[in-house]
Amino acid sequence: MLTFIARRMIQSVLVMIAVGLITFGLLRFVGDPISNMVGQDTSIAEREQLKEDLGLNDPFVIQFANFAKNAVKGEFGLSYTLRVPVSQLLSERLPATLELSIMSALLALFIGMPMGIYTAIHKDSWLTKFFLSSSLVGVSLPTFLIGILLILLFGVVFRWLPTFGRGEVVDLGWWTTGLLTWSGIKSLILPTITLAIFQLTLIMRLVRAEMLEVLRTDYIKFGRARGLSMRALHYRHALKNTLIPVITITGLQLGSIIAFSLITESVFQWPGMGLLFIQAIGNADVPIMAAYLVLIAFIFVAINLMVDILYVVLDPRLRTTVGD
Amino acid sequence: MSLLEVKNLTVKFPSRKGDFTAVDDVSLSVEPGEILGIVGESGAGKSTVGNAIISLLEAPGYMSDGSIWLKGGRIDDLDENLKSTIRGRRIGMIFQDPLTSLNPLETVGAQLIETIILHLELSEKAARARAIDLLNQVGIENAEERVDQYPHQFSGGMRQRVVIALALCSDPEVVIADEPTTALDVSIQAQILSLLRKLCEERNVGMIMVTHDMGVIAEITDRVAVMYRGKLVEIGETEKVLYKPTHEYTKSLISAVPRPDKKADRFPLVTYIEDVETLPEDVKLSDLWLGKTRDYEDFEGSMLTVERLKLDFVTKRAIFKRNNTYFTALKGVSFDIKQGEVFGIVGESGSGKSTIARCVTGIYEPSDGTVSICGADLNKLVDINKRNYYRRQTQMVFQDPFSSLNGRMRVENIIAEPIIFHKQAADKTEVRKIVHELLEIVGLGTGAARKFPHEFSGGQRQRISIARALATRPRFLICDEPTSALDVSIQAQILNLLKDLQEELGLTMMFISHDLPVIRQMCDRVAVMQSGEILEIAETEALFNTPQHSYTKKLLELMPKFRTSA
Amino acid sequence: MQEDNISWAQDMRRRIADNDIWYSFTHTPIAYISAIIGLSLIALAIFAPFIAPQNPFDLASLDLFDASLPPSWLDQGDQRFLLGTDDQGRGILSTIFFGLRISLFVGFTSVFLSLLIGVSLGLISGYVGGRVDAVIMRIADVQLSFPAILIALLIDGVFRTVVSKDLHEDLALYVVIFAIAVSGWVQYARTVRSSVMTEKIKEYVQAGQVIGLGSARIMIKHILPNVLGPVFVIGTLHLALAIIIEATLSFLGVGLPPTTPSLGTLIRIGNEYLFSGEWWITIFPGLTLIILSLSVNLFGDWLRDALNPKLQ
Repeated sequence: MLTFIARRMIQSVLVMIAVGLITFGLLRFVGDPISNMVGQDTSIAEREQLKEDLGLNDPFVIQFANFAKNAVKGEFGLSYTLRVPVSQLLSERLPATLELSIMSALLALFIGMPMGIYTAIHKDSWLTKFFLSSSLVGVSLPTFLIGILLILLFGVVFRWLPTFGRGEVVDLGWWTTGLLTWSGIKSLILPTITLAIFQLTLIMRLVRAEMLEVLRTDYIKFGRARGLSMRALHYRHALKNTLIPVITITGLQLGSIIAFSLITESVFQWPGMGLLFIQAIGNADVPIMAAYLVLIAFIFVAINLMVDILYVVLDPRLRTTVGD
Repeated sequence: MSLLEVKNLTVKFPSRKGDFTAVDDVSLSVEPGEILGIVGESGAGKSTVGNAIISLLEAPGYMSDGSIWLKGGRIDDLDENLKSTIRGRRIGMIFQDPLTSLNPLETVGAQLIETIILHLELSEKAARARAIDLLNQVGIENAEERVDQYPHQFSGGMRQRVVIALALCSDPEVVIADEPTTALDVSIQAQILSLLRKLCEERNVGMIMVTHDMGVIAEITDRVAVMYRGKLVEIGETEKVLYKPTHEYTKSLISAVPRPDKKADRFPLVTYIEDVETLPEDVKLSDLWLGKTRDYEDFEGSMLTVERLKLDFVTKRAIFKRNNTYFTALKGVSFDIKQGEVFGIVGESGSGKSTIARCVTGIYEPSDGTVSICGADLNKLVDINKRNYYRRQTQMVFQDPFSSLNGRMRVENIIAEPIIFHKQAADKTEVRKIVHELLEIVGLGTGAARKFPHEFSGGQRQRISIARALATRPRFLICDEPTSALDVSIQAQILNLLKDLQEELGLTMMFISHDLPVIRQMCDRVAVMQSGEILEIAETEALFNTPQHSYTKKLLELMPKFRTSA
Repeated sequence: MQEDNISWAQDMRRRIADNDIWYSFTHTPIAYISAIIGLSLIALAIFAPFIAPQNPFDLASLDLFDASLPPSWLDQGDQRFLLGTDDQGRGILSTIFFGLRISLFVGFTSVFLSLLIGVSLGLISGYVGGRVDAVIMRIADVQLSFPAILIALLIDGVFRTVVSKDLHEDLALYVVIFAIAVSGWVQYARTVRSSVMTEKIKEYVQAGQVIGLGSARIMIKHILPNVLGPVFVIGTLHLALAIIIEATLSFLGVGLPPTTPSLGTLIRIGNEYLFSGEWWITIFPGLTLIILSLSVNLFGDWLRDALNPKLQ
């Protein structure tokens, strides 16, 4: 079991190195870093000097090592357009994105899971049919359109909820939160729903598919033949077996919620990392793009690793066979 | 009043092409302490009877007629709540596959205790004691310890014992066992059967044993019911039904079972079942393409010589090759097959017998040793034309009729492919002619050409597979368990066909099987294999009469005792 | 031969009548209704130049007096513009027809490209195995760590930095297609790979080897046709996703420029006028997008169930 986790960790590190190489390639080879930093009147000699100072003449491996060292510390240089360290920009915006993503993930999970279980157990009820068809609508609706429709309805027509920004936030020093003020919470509602709907439908369909799969297995049939009640079979035997694959995918979903939030942030002008990233793409601001990518990749890899460990804890087949 | 009575049971499965009657007006009964066998081939409806009794019919099946009585009380019309007081409590059930019958995430003990508490309302502690006691009774050693283990920590046979313990949890009056030993190896099969017999007698339980295996029926049942296409054709004392069958179907079914005690010339013609067509009388092989002189050169010596054949599979790939973990499937095997001989290889699953076939045909590359066909070492042949020349002479018939044919190709294209690849015909018209001839020869008729494999039954598919193997006009035919996936009557037909072809075409054959009676009927010489090694090679009759190796003796002892004539 | 052809035709007719998928299609209203709607939208897109009331790209025909007119059934609506006009006086209905054309073009081409890349890599990965498989699958794993939209954004972002602005506008369409295609291949590759892994140990493949057929022939002629079922399902669902991704990219302002507006671009343009009450500029293209992706998704969902023998 320890070797299993160790192997996963090595894999995670490899993935991070791969992502690092891509982002490094971006930084180094896409566009000309020097001309992005200096004005037009800088002389060639000064440019060469700057190149030397920045270590851009070093061999590739050393440059990458330096990049990696800085990346671990969170240093990605200055933003081309904003002239501010990227690390500072990201840390300012991280709380906004995380608050939005986590709230959405919770919403998606706590509504999607019961819906999935319900639709698997009550295969033919009208509520199941309703859930299933509305989930297809949910998958078919682009996130930004959901946002626009919600804005139109609650912001423009009824004027109940704010449609952009975080509202009033409280600065805790290391974290800014919108959860402590009424306006902050109100501002969170529409973006959270917008972001959650797509994930919710995914989770629901996934739980349903897994649960149906488990309900078809022999041990459920044998359980019925032993006289176990449907209730015990559904909630004790089937659910537990369903949850293992579900955990994996939901874990990965959390990562993609953070990435997906950039669409929601763009629609609601939510001052998070995603919005920053979109603006960076528009402005070809490579350091921000690079830093965002590395950060997202790191979150993904970390979640992945946790999911793998959880998997081992939950599944006795892995617990014993992987160990010896 | 019988313990369990089934009266006029009829089960239907509605589909868009009309209702399918899976069980048609079946009546039977079981007494305490008695084992009633229900035997039949696939599609006979035997499992459906068992499922109907415990009211677990698979959707959309339903009982359209009849009634089921347990100790005089009718149980089929109870509502779902009352049914679950019978299911598991008064009627236990055992399924075929022990590997999938248990919840993988809960310990064996937890599953036992859950069931015991549900039915007997004992305390947690008493239930646990009973669980351990039950495990002891079904022959699991160290039950104290093993009760807390997970299903994957038990072997297949041990898991089936756990499944039996679960079925016996609440002292049921009736146990239904649906092919309880089919997924197990012969040696374990015998143990499980005697355990069931013992438990049945000790606890005075009435048992219904659903199986396709005449050997199992002969071994442990008191009475037997024979089913054919949903109908009960014969029921009576096992001895009487097996040795003095009255119904035509029973007679033909029993005559199709290969005899373990002596070699018969052919299987008596099995007349009752449809799609029976052995080599038609009016097809003369010598007039056809297949029967014409083949363009191979004659040679001296053995058809196949295998020397010190070794094969390792990598089971765990490490970063460095030398750290890989290997599983040795073949540990230096040597034998040879003479021209015109039928050579048998027998062994249990995992003995490496199929691996040999795959090494000979070039599907696997041996790690060491040589394989020579017609005197030529295939691995040393570089010239592709030469290689194809030898490849063409060796063909194979596979085990699984469902996966051995490409489902996306029409039958004619499946058979034409080797003909075209080895340039055996001048043009398309000739290819088509040859394909039609081959289909006639294997008894399918030319109408089969334009169909797809899924439109055929297992036995018919195996005929297509044989036609494909013949399409290169091979001299050497390898049959890898060609009938083990088939019903016994279909098996008899296919074996007859193979025998006819072997004789008419003078084929050399390597015949691989786990089934000793089949080997006895088919082979001239036999090799016995166990874990990658050949233990003994002997003439068939000598092997069966005077086995030398202890493992061979054990296999022969475990062979079903069932004989076709008393 | 003549006789043979007749029996062949009869054979086909019988096969279609017997076919479970065709039966399911004709007996599932959701399946055929969504197919009809989807096909109608495709027809509208193909024939847009002939059926659109105006040509929104003909600058000469635009008149700023027509700008921001509401749909024709409202006050101040104009009979010429059924669904109203945008800020430049283009008829919304006509822009939708042309936008649909671009959205569908991007959707189909990128799905086709994605499928081509994914299926070939999956086939090679599954059949060859070993190191080739390990490399392809690791790349797939890494890419799978990022949502498709992010990959597409990234590719688009890189192009932006490399190419000059004018050139970028001309190339935008192809960049978007490329970005979506590259972001989507993994699913095909993984599905095909795992199907190939199960297929290649089946006995019909070994039968091919025993006959002496080469690897390429076995792969393409025998294995490929047997793994295509799920590919069609993924392809259909991916079409809906590709259309959504393109719309999202365009909405975010990094997709197609206003000179070649897709549905997403139209929504983006309209979004700016949402608060001033000119809702029709956004809502009608939005509804079209929803109907399009919903019909494709519903069809794909049905197809998946119909092709999955376990559910029957």
